Amino acid sequence: MNIDLSRRSFLRLAGAGVAATSLGAMGFGEAEAAEAAHVRAFKLTTTTETRNTCPYCSVACGIIMYSEGDVKAGETAEIMHIEGDADHPTNRGTLCPKGAALKDFVKAPTRLTRPRYRAAGATEFQDITWDQALDKIARAMKDDRDANLVQTNEDGVAVNRWTTTGFLAASATTNETAWLTYKAVRSTGIVGFDNQARV
Amino acid sequence: MTNAWTDIKNTDLVVVMGGNAAEAHPCGFKWVTEAKANRGAKLIVVDPRYTRTASVSDFYAPIRPGSDISFLMGVIRWCMENDKVQWEYVRNYTNAAFLVKEGFGWSDGLFTGYDEEKRDYDKESWDYQIGEDGYARIDPTLQDPRCVWNLLKAHVEAYTPEFVENICGTPKDKFLQICEMIGECSAPDRVMTSMYALGWTQHSKGAQNIRGMAMLQLILGNIGMRGGGMNALRGHSNIQGLTDLGLMSNLIPGYLNIPTEKEPDWQTYISARGFKPLRPNQTSYWQNYPKFMVSFMKAMWGDAATAENDWAYHYLPKLDVPTYDVLRMFELMKHGQINLYFCQGFNPLLSFPNRAKLTEALSRLKLLVVMDPLETETAHFWENHGIHNDVDSAAIQTEVLELPTTCFAEDEGALVNSGRWLQWHWAGGTPPGEARHDTWIMANIFLRLRKLYQDEGGVFPDPILNLTWDYADPSEPTPEELAREMNGRALKTVYDAKDPSTVLVEAGKQVKNFTQLQDDGSTMCGCWIYSGCWNEDGNNMARRDNSDPGDAGMFLNWSFAWPVNRRILYNRASADMQGKPWDPDRKLIEWTGEKWEGYDVPDIGVTSKPDEVMPFIMNQEGASRLFTRGMMRDGPFPTHMEPFESPLKNVFNDKMRGNPVSRVFADDAAQFATSDEFPFVATSYRLTEHFHYWTKHNKVNASLQPEFFVEISEELAAEKGIAKGGRVRVWGKRGEVWAKAVVTKRIKPMICDGKTVHVVGIPLHWGFKGAAKKGWGPNSLTPFVGDANVETPEFKAFLVNIEPSTEEPVA
Repeated sequence: MNIDLSRRSFLRLAGAGVAATSLGAMGFGEAEAAEAAHVRAFKLTTTTETRNTCPYCSVACGIIMYSEGDVKAGETAEIMHIEGDADHPTNRGTLCPKGAALKDFVKAPTRLTRPRYRAAGATEFQDITWDQALDKIARAMKDDRDANLVQTNEDGVAVNRWTTTGFLAASATTNETAWLTYKAVRSTGIVGFDNQARV
Repeated sequence: MTNAWTDIKNTDLVVVMGGNAAEAHPCGFKWVTEAKANRGAKLIVVDPRYTRTASVSDFYAPIRPGSDISFLMGVIRWCMENDKVQWEYVRNYTNAAFLVKEGFGWSDGLFTGYDEEKRDYDKESWDYQIGEDGYARIDPTLQDPRCVWNLLKAHVEAYTPEFVENICGTPKDKFLQICEMIGECSAPDRVMTSMYALGWTQHSKGAQNIRGMAMLQLILGNIGMRGGGMNALRGHSNIQGLTDLGLMSNLIPGYLNIPTEKEPDWQTYISARGFKPLRPNQTSYWQNYPKFMVSFMKAMWGDAATAENDWAYHYLPKLDVPTYDVLRMFELMKHGQINLYFCQGFNPLLSFPNRAKLTEALSRLKLLVVMDPLETETAHFWENHGIHNDVDSAAIQTEVLELPTTCFAEDEGALVNSGRWLQWHWAGGTPPGEARHDTWIMANIFLRLRKLYQDEGGVFPDPILNLTWDYADPSEPTPEELAREMNGRALKTVYDAKDPSTVLVEAGKQVKNFTQLQDDGSTMCGCWIYSGCWNEDGNNMARRDNSDPGDAGMFLNWSFAWPVNRRILYNRASADMQGKPWDPDRKLIEWTGEKWEGYDVPDIGVTSKPDEVMPFIMNQEGASRLFTRGMMRDGPFPTHMEPFESPLKNVFNDKMRGNPVSRVFADDAAQFATSDEFPFVATSYRLTEHFHYWTKHNKVNASLQPEFFVEISEELAAEKGIAKGGRVRVWGKRGEVWAKAVVTKRIKPMICDGKTVHVVGIPLHWGFKGAAKKGWGPNSLTPFVGDANVETPEFKAFLVNIEPSTEEPVA
């Protein structure tokens, strides 16, 4: 190759077509074009690229996810490949053994796909609808809060403290989830509120 | 991190102690390799194990788990004794010259004011002498025996190289060589960086470990410098963000505090946070606390928060104990005092100490709600998995709801990395089955709860009914709406205080950053330190320009860093008293004669004169603190403390166990082990092939490291008759595990206080769910006690015993 192409712009150009003519337009010599003509179509050429960051450690490596279908266009999208983002200043396209296997996390057989309920003393989960689950949670919260909210302490100071229900927040949800969680949890008076940073 | 991952390339010396970046943060560790290759930087590793970080180091020394304070105080002593001090920096930018009250002192391992009964200090004497002018008294000549510098010198006197060798097990010659290497970085143009992680935090005195290194970095003049700083390598992708946003028992977003019941009204609360400067001309930026707090209350409760009702201060809960942290919650749960518990993407059954206690506690809940993309051990704690989870399901009355959430690939929003970069990411995949976004789940729980209060009434419904919820679709607030709320906006037009004819920001517009926030209710802002992330310029977190002027490693147009896009905290300290960079080749910012400018956003008022306004603008002193006054529960200087379970008695005070002010619950105190019964020191660690308890669900990672093991030295293996790859039983006072024995040269016995100390390494990636073989984590063994300041459990130093075992028993 005799022109300077970044890897990503190369992929984008290559995605426009694999005919020797377009490769020629990119600056390939004839021999290279002939060679390229024998190569089968690149699997990722028709995919949608989405920028994301690795959800594991706090280096926050840039990644590019390739999907069949485009979520932003309202389509069903299936992630088929994830790799390091070569433009990212921190990881410059590299990924560690954890990040390199990210697709396996997305596709793990133990991903949860439906709400489930375990009754007292049961040995198995059973299916439950979202509506039933959310109603059950709201009812349990209301009943427990009404019964146990400490409105004032012994000195008559308003303390509005709810200590019999607790909430553990995560370590990999977005700021936006965290802020919404903060609002909802704090408005109830829950004080047993922590996140993974406690460990 | 005070600095950024990409800034590590600018360093001369990397000290990795309390971490193992090559394995736990591999792509960030690449910047250490860059510094070594391009700058000739050196790498020192101090660790109980010869880790993969150690394998590429220039110098390695072993250390006994839990003895880091002695090592660090030893280095400080050596630097003071050998004049390896960045004097101009120490005199002007630290509180070395500040005079401390006469009553303060230290003896027998304890500071003045200890109350054994309360397990607490009366910290009255841990403070400065205040002059008649209201400012702290100082002696710039550092001659006064009561100045911080001289008190520090006296404090570290005990930590001789011989003491360090005796306590830490680090051979004296190795310790001294490290001191020499570190001491070179006291030159104004030599810079060292500290990279640490849970190896320092997960101790009953974790916060003091970190202070020890921070003090050393100040003495060397390395804070605020390119290639310097204190760099906490955080463990999860958004643990920084969740902490910034105050999802902690005692926090409000942006490191504001939930009130205690000693602050019954707004006036008491706010007047305790006046933060007047302790020296003339100093910034003391926390003086703006009321602006951030009122803007937060307006973000929460909008029109229901008014000046007349003290911004709805009565809506906030008031704490009766310092924190209802996770350890306290599980203690309460065990005693039947918790009914309902939520776990949102968190697997406490494997993350917190003393698993037997956790199981007992969870079994006493009425309802457990787990939201997660994956099956977690916590959600399945009631399932019998033989020896790997030996419970009687029928006897467990806890109801459990397991709710499927999206994962990163299907979600949009920002995560905050270690270097405080808020990086926006986009969804690329469709959620599997009925999995929903966490925002949808939280919104729908909240809306249903609110509806119940609307329909039925109930106890004090006001803060729930009046919570701001003005989203286009109330059941699914968008990431954009939420990010804009965190940034903040003007509720009324805001005028410049200095020139009331100038409009700062019009009503309804996003504020530019937190400098526009007000304390009169005219602005709202969910998290003041994030303000600027999504202003009228748009989503600054989504910026992806990777240009790097001056090759400085700052990348100011890539994402958004808090605060105000600043990449290196305290960067004013990278220049001298005239505003000139200590090292012209590593300029960060400089004083032009009129203002500060350079490669980073200045961490100082842009027109603040360099010889007047000192660099540590958040502190009332304007200077950094070698002596922390009464701000930490266990002392204004770090002092040697043994772990709660240790083979050694505290040499300063043989009656002292662990951290003398750590909170210990009665049941847990009864379960501390002694070395007579449990002679070996255990420590937990992570492997590069796994991420906590997530990647065991992935076939690739589960194949790379399929099976639970423990790591021991050849010497211990020989002593106990353990074969390489043989099975062993490891047990402690709280539980037992079976594992494969990895017998290595990476761990060697140490000699401490005349005793041979063997270390057992226990990695933490196995449980009873996922694709890997079933196993255990170290938390089956670890003690239920936390750091005295922040309640982070002591996972890195505890006692066990070990023996060969032919097979795992059948339950």
